[in-house]
Amino acid sequence: MTTERINDFVLKIGTVNGTGSASANGMLMKALFRMGIPVTGKNMFPSNIQGLPTWYEIRANRDGYMAREARVDVMVAMNAQTYAKDLAEVAPGGFFIYDSTWPRESQLERDDITVLGVPLARMCNEHFDKARVRILMKNIAYVGVLSALLGIDRAVLKQLLEETFASKPKLVDSNLEAINLGYEYATANFTCPLPVRAEPMGDNAGHILIDGNSAAALGCVYAGATVGAWYPITPSTSLMDGFERYCKMFRRTEDGQNNFCIIQAEDELAAAGMVLGANWMGARAFTPTSGPGISLMSEFIGFAYYAEIPSVFFNIQRVGPSTGMPTRTQQCDVTMCAYASHGDTRHPLLFPADPRECFEMAVNAFDLAERLQTPVFVLSDLDIGMNDWMIPELEWNDTWRPDRGKVLHSAELDEIQKFHRYLDTDGDGITARTYPGEDARGAYFVRGSGHNRYGGYTEDAAEYQDVVDRLLVKWETAKSLVPQPVLREAPEPTRLGVIAYGSSDGAVNEALDRLAESDIHLDYLRVKAFPFNDHVEAFLEAHDTVFVVEQNRDAQLRSLLLTETETGRRDLLVPLLHYNGMPIPSDCVIKAVTEFCAGKEVAA
Amino acid sequence: MTFIAKPRIDLPSDRLNDIGLRRRDYEGVLSTLCAGCGHDSITAAIVQAFWEMSIAPEKVAKLSGIGCSSKTPAYFISGAHGFNSVHGRMPSVATGAMAGNRDMVAIAVSGDGDSLSIGFGQFGHVVRRNLNLLYIIENNGVYGLTKGQFSASADVGSRAKKGAENRWQNIDPVATAISLGGSFVARGFSGDRDQLVPLIKAGVRHRGCAVIDVVSPCVTFNDHEGSTKSYAYTREHKHEAVKLDFVPPAEEISAQFDPGEAKAVTLHDGSRVMLRRTEDSYDPSDRSRALQYLETARSRGEVVTGLMYMNEDLPEMHDLFGTTARPLTDIPYEELSPGSEALRKLQAKMR
Repeated sequence: MTTERINDFVLKIGTVNGTGSASANGMLMKALFRMGIPVTGKNMFPSNIQGLPTWYEIRANRDGYMAREARVDVMVAMNAQTYAKDLAEVAPGGFFIYDSTWPRESQLERDDITVLGVPLARMCNEHFDKARVRILMKNIAYVGVLSALLGIDRAVLKQLLEETFASKPKLVDSNLEAINLGYEYATANFTCPLPVRAEPMGDNAGHILIDGNSAAALGCVYAGATVGAWYPITPSTSLMDGFERYCKMFRRTEDGQNNFCIIQAEDELAAAGMVLGANWMGARAFTPTSGPGISLMSEFIGFAYYAEIPSVFFNIQRVGPSTGMPTRTQQCDVTMCAYASHGDTRHPLLFPADPRECFEMAVNAFDLAERLQTPVFVLSDLDIGMNDWMIPELEWNDTWRPDRGKVLHSAELDEIQKFHRYLDTDGDGITARTYPGEDARGAYFVRGSGHNRYGGYTEDAAEYQDVVDRLLVKWETAKSLVPQPVLREAPEPTRLGVIAYGSSDGAVNEALDRLAESDIHLDYLRVKAFPFNDHVEAFLEAHDTVFVVEQNRDAQLRSLLLTETETGRRDLLVPLLHYNGMPIPSDCVIKAVTEFCAGKEVAA
Repeated sequence: MTFIAKPRIDLPSDRLNDIGLRRRDYEGVLSTLCAGCGHDSITAAIVQAFWEMSIAPEKVAKLSGIGCSSKTPAYFISGAHGFNSVHGRMPSVATGAMAGNRDMVAIAVSGDGDSLSIGFGQFGHVVRRNLNLLYIIENNGVYGLTKGQFSASADVGSRAKKGAENRWQNIDPVATAISLGGSFVARGFSGDRDQLVPLIKAGVRHRGCAVIDVVSPCVTFNDHEGSTKSYAYTREHKHEAVKLDFVPPAEEISAQFDPGEAKAVTLHDGSRVMLRRTEDSYDPSDRSRALQYLETARSRGEVVTGLMYMNEDLPEMHDLFGTTARPLTDIPYEELSPGSEALRKLQAKMR
């Protein structure tokens, strides 16, 4: 009854938080990767340290689709608390594997799937002595079961264990024992492999597995950032952990001194202040945070906008409002970041779609911030930041140098009569700055109160307006500097379009392929930045209906498109929203577009 | 924070300091504070101290928050870069600035509202980080710009101009800073420049966070009968626990000190502070005694001044971080980038 699904399945593992399943799940993911199968792993975890249910979802897909798929082919249920929910989630024809040390035949009944019981706890209790080891090895044992059922190469698993425990060979042996326990039980009791299975298909050459926060952290290192200030907040914490890890690797002098400074601030307000102070001095400084942190930083963000201090803010978005669901994903801070702080403020935003773009845009963000002398936001999210993505290897050009923007040093100050901090001599709205510590002739007073083009305090109406109007000129300049959107044209002309950004990209691309099979064609523009430029305007102009796909309730990017472009056609932009905290699946896009098109046909 | 240019007058008495600058080179624009404001006296003391110490203006970073006191960095050292930040958040900006360029001489000016109410958290944390910073609190017990509300430093029982009595417990920045592990904590009075100038000099040369709480009467809202932050009250109740003299590195200690009564402490740059106890019982290197002393004085209604606590051995922020001695802003990009080969090797482990 089960059709074959080779290299195209979703494996979901339900465990209890704090039982050490992460390494087992990571091993499965890497093993599939090394068999050459494109994989993504998504962690659905509670805001808790120990004891609550947690799931890990691996999608293996030979065509390279990376979005979450709202379907489970093989469920490994290791948490009795969630058996019922987990059982219900398995797609017809799928498989449900559970720990039958405590048999639950009567509870686990579904005619359209296969339930496989493996006495994992009993086997591990019989085989291993220590309580903690038994718990950990139970996880490794299900890896062994899956290696038999799904056809995962045990040689690859062995190799992975040897790499992981290179310094503790004893652990390799005990882990291998656990794998063999599971493997042997499965081969003895079930028909292996299952029709849903993996087969080697290459080696994924030129690709890596990485999470977005690590990639962004690497980007900060390569951008030349030296100061990082932060306050711990899920899901951004691993970005600063990554920055510290890579700085210790790459930024230590021969005598063990740090060519970096990472400050754990007392709160996000202070973290933002530290970023401003360091950038004022001429260091490249940044802070990683999430929505609640941006709320707290908003006062300083407005200051940086008005006083024109370069600064980089990573917002790894999580579910709001308020504390919301800290371990779930959304794209819900778009409007807040675009206009953060009181008064007339607007800020450039960058929208990475995967970890590779986290790396690239981290680098780009520092250049933009210094070129434009303004706060720049990298709007990642929990899905990109904390999940494992397969991406093409990161590349670096050794001839790259930072764009420090317009900075006057003593030599340039010699050339001018007098330095004026906010005097636009080039007409692009960007004025020159100086670094403290270099030259008394370049001294100026940074202030968030009214100031004139010379940098002096003012309460004069015309002088005040002169400066804020010039900031609008700078905003226009920003449009030409931020990354251009990416256009994917439909194979044939169409008046239907779709706009998406960030982590929704994978779901949209997959949906477009599937919709094309049903002869529904859409042009797709992936917005990579705010402010929008002519390409976005032209795209809106060229279509009659544009779906705006995003992961928030209020259609925030759509609002921005309506406010910040010339279109003004509310009916042109159709919101297509997914905001329950899970990463958006392609089905959501397919369904909405199909229904919309069907409705149009009926109406016609 | 003014638009009135200050007339530059060359006085014959204005000598050149060691780096060829006159005292007026350490001044800023004209103050717009009320005539007689204590803050202007502190500004004058800062000007004098920095001029006498021959600190290059471009090496100075002036920082402040919001309030009357926070306006004053515009009134001194016009050749220094200044950062008038947001209310109560100056310490974080100073922390970032000194993280980026540790060679700067950072002077922060704040007030009792800025540091003890809205910015109490940041004040506490910059002290415990022991950031290399001179942190002056111009303390008048009152909100001036918003016209006379009590601040958190107003003493219990102190009366407002219109007669209202403060019933809330006061926060003493000196006791607070000492209890938070501050490495240099002093109190001065804006009306006593002879005491204040050496305190500022020692604070600048101290390696770590030097907090100087300066009682600085507000002539408009808090200088009346019944106020405990008035000129009259402070003069009458001021009690100097320890007298400090500052001796620059190359200078001889003059013979006026009796070896029995003075204790010399050498600072990291080789300058020395000579501490003379005015009371036998006081020892500014004893933290618990210092706190006890402050509490006793407070219960008597005394305003204790002088260097209350000092510890030259406490590591400052960069020592604790292990930051390179060179300012991070001076490191060329080539030394910061790991390069493409490192990235390739790193990624080999991500497969």
